[in-house]
Amino acid sequence: MSAAADPAPAPDTVLATPHTEVGAPIVRITALRKSYGDHEVLKGIDLDVMRGEVVAIIGKSGSGKSTLLRCINGLEVFQEGSLIVDGKPLLHDSALAMRELRQRVGMIFQSFNLFPHLTVGRNVMLAPRLVKKRNAAENEARARKLLERVGLAEKFDAMPDQLSGGQQQRVAIARALAMDPGVMLCDEITSALDPELVGEVLRVVESLAEEGMTLLMVTHEMNFARKVADRVIFMHQGRVHESGAPDAIFGAPQTPELKQFLSSLHD
Amino acid sequence: MVDFTLWDIVRNLLLAARWTVILSVIAFIGGGLAGLILLVLPLTGNRVAELAIGGYVQVFQGTPLLMQLFLLYFGIALFGVDTSAWTAACAALTLYSSAYLTEIWRGCVASIPRGQWEASSSLALSFGQQLGHVILPQALKVAVPPTVGFLVQVIKGTALASVIGFVELTKAGGMIANVTYQPMLVYGCVALIYFALCFPISLYAGSLERKLNVGRR
Amino acid sequence: MRIALDFAPMLAQWPLLLLGAAWTLGLTAISTLLGGIIGTGCAWARARGAAPLRLAVGAYVELIRNTPFIVQLFFIFYGLPAAGVLLSPVTASILAMTINLGAYATEIIRAGIVTTPRGQIEAGESLALSRVQVFLHVVLPPALKRVWPALVSQIIIVMLGSAVCGQISVEELSHAANLIQSRNFRAFEAYILATAIYLVLAIGVRRLLYWAGPRFVFGR
Repeated sequence: MSAAADPAPAPDTVLATPHTEVGAPIVRITALRKSYGDHEVLKGIDLDVMRGEVVAIIGKSGSGKSTLLRCINGLEVFQEGSLIVDGKPLLHDSALAMRELRQRVGMIFQSFNLFPHLTVGRNVMLAPRLVKKRNAAENEARARKLLERVGLAEKFDAMPDQLSGGQQQRVAIARALAMDPGVMLCDEITSALDPELVGEVLRVVESLAEEGMTLLMVTHEMNFARKVADRVIFMHQGRVHESGAPDAIFGAPQTPELKQFLSSLHD
Repeated sequence: MVDFTLWDIVRNLLLAARWTVILSVIAFIGGGLAGLILLVLPLTGNRVAELAIGGYVQVFQGTPLLMQLFLLYFGIALFGVDTSAWTAACAALTLYSSAYLTEIWRGCVASIPRGQWEASSSLALSFGQQLGHVILPQALKVAVPPTVGFLVQVIKGTALASVIGFVELTKAGGMIANVTYQPMLVYGCVALIYFALCFPISLYAGSLERKLNVGRR
Repeated sequence: MRIALDFAPMLAQWPLLLLGAAWTLGLTAISTLLGGIIGTGCAWARARGAAPLRLAVGAYVELIRNTPFIVQLFFIFYGLPAAGVLLSPVTASILAMTINLGAYATEIIRAGIVTTPRGQIEAGESLALSRVQVFLHVVLPPALKRVWPALVSQIIIVMLGSAVCGQISVEELSHAANLIQSRNFRAFEAYILATAIYLVLAIGVRRLLYWAGPRFVFGR
């Protein structure tokens, strides 16, 4: 739809088609609450993310940070509050609205979730072909370009299980980029990787940030968050407990919970 | 009194075995088609369909196939439709197969990691696209060995159609045993013919299964 | 076209149905016990026995698994007398069900045995247990626990399969239904009722075995 009508994208750089004016929040979360049965995991979250902003979400496991991320593209259903992405409200009951929204939100998973029965190239081309009805030649050219971008041009015809974890995760990034999302969600994307493979994935993410992609990432890589993020959010017991610039959060934590969390990382 | 040679017995049994094969094929294909519909319906998130199909599976797996045959034989007659043993056997075995196949396939679909559903819905694929391009192609690979294996169960199941008077291999065996007074020989031959039908399929299913496990590492 | 179902005459026959259900359960209980023992022995033979023994057990298992139960039953009941082995319908049924369950149980239990971690056996042997002791006390209980759901399903399949035994006039549940419909000509109602009882039995037996397994068979 929108992307197919793109006026000839500049070869390498165009990552996304903006849907809102510059300066407006691309993600707006208001008073969001979610519970599993009696257990409330998100207890009223308010969060605005600006276009081009890089937000890192940190916190203990069980603090609700992954759940929050998964709410943003509707993988989790929330009970109260509202969530607007790129001007589109999240409506769980409307399959059409959900698909509209998901075209604007890319998601990278901890466990990659590549489609094991498709080649790397087909993994990247599947959704643009089916959802955006992009024509085959254009789709393939774009897929090759994106794979080149993540450093995997020669893996176009490989199967996912022939790749290392780091390579698979980079394919997953290319696959998400192929849909021209306005915002990318990264859910602990290096947690399932061997330590020596973390760097190659983070470098790709960093380059996305440099090119102005809006990023929301749940991460355990504090050094990376400090280096790349514009803003860091510390979640604790289902709430945004503290947030601010990386230097403030890591350099001068205000609340005892954040202090304790940060010091526990150095053990 | 005619004397039956061994070849006479085997020849007549083999002729009757055609009906075993035909009945098996009809039940397997019919059951497969019905099973596919029963598989997809509850995946759409329709709770009523899910419960109804769960009950359907439970009833067909929790009652004797012989009773199912009797019920269809006498049940169709209740509607004033003239039932032959042939129709009743086809109907009963088709329903029976559909319940088992849908259950087998449901397990295969459930074995596809949740992440595959999540990744494909994150990419804005519709439910039908998720199913057709991501889930079913993967489930199909896992489903082939147990599906082939179930064919053996269908073939063996057709033997019960003899009880409602359908002349297939087992019924023919009974008839021949009665006229030859050689029940041991005749039922031995019947068993061997079933074995010749089923064993290659079992072996094939087994080798598919092993290949799949090797492929999965 | 009018369909009138009448279950009232059925209820008058409840003693027959109850007796039939009791027979079905009894046949199942005995063949479960015997079939379980055969299955355990054959599983051991197939996993750890000498080559000829493995081959013989393999032939038994494949022969039974690839032929219909009704043919096995008829071979035993109608065929064996020709070789001088005369069996009553009940004995023939129990024999057929036992042999049938034994073959399936062999495969199921074997699958449980072969997944025993090597260290378990080594630990048992290093405690000076004999091979049989290791098998009975170290290998078998956790193996049974692993495959218990599959074993229970197979027992239920054999129970439902025993409906065929009515064909050689064992007075089990399907035979009772047959008898009732020959008396009052209400075949559909008779079979519906019997089928419903089978369903209840299947659910009940499954529950019972799930409950009994950890308590009496393999320990928690």
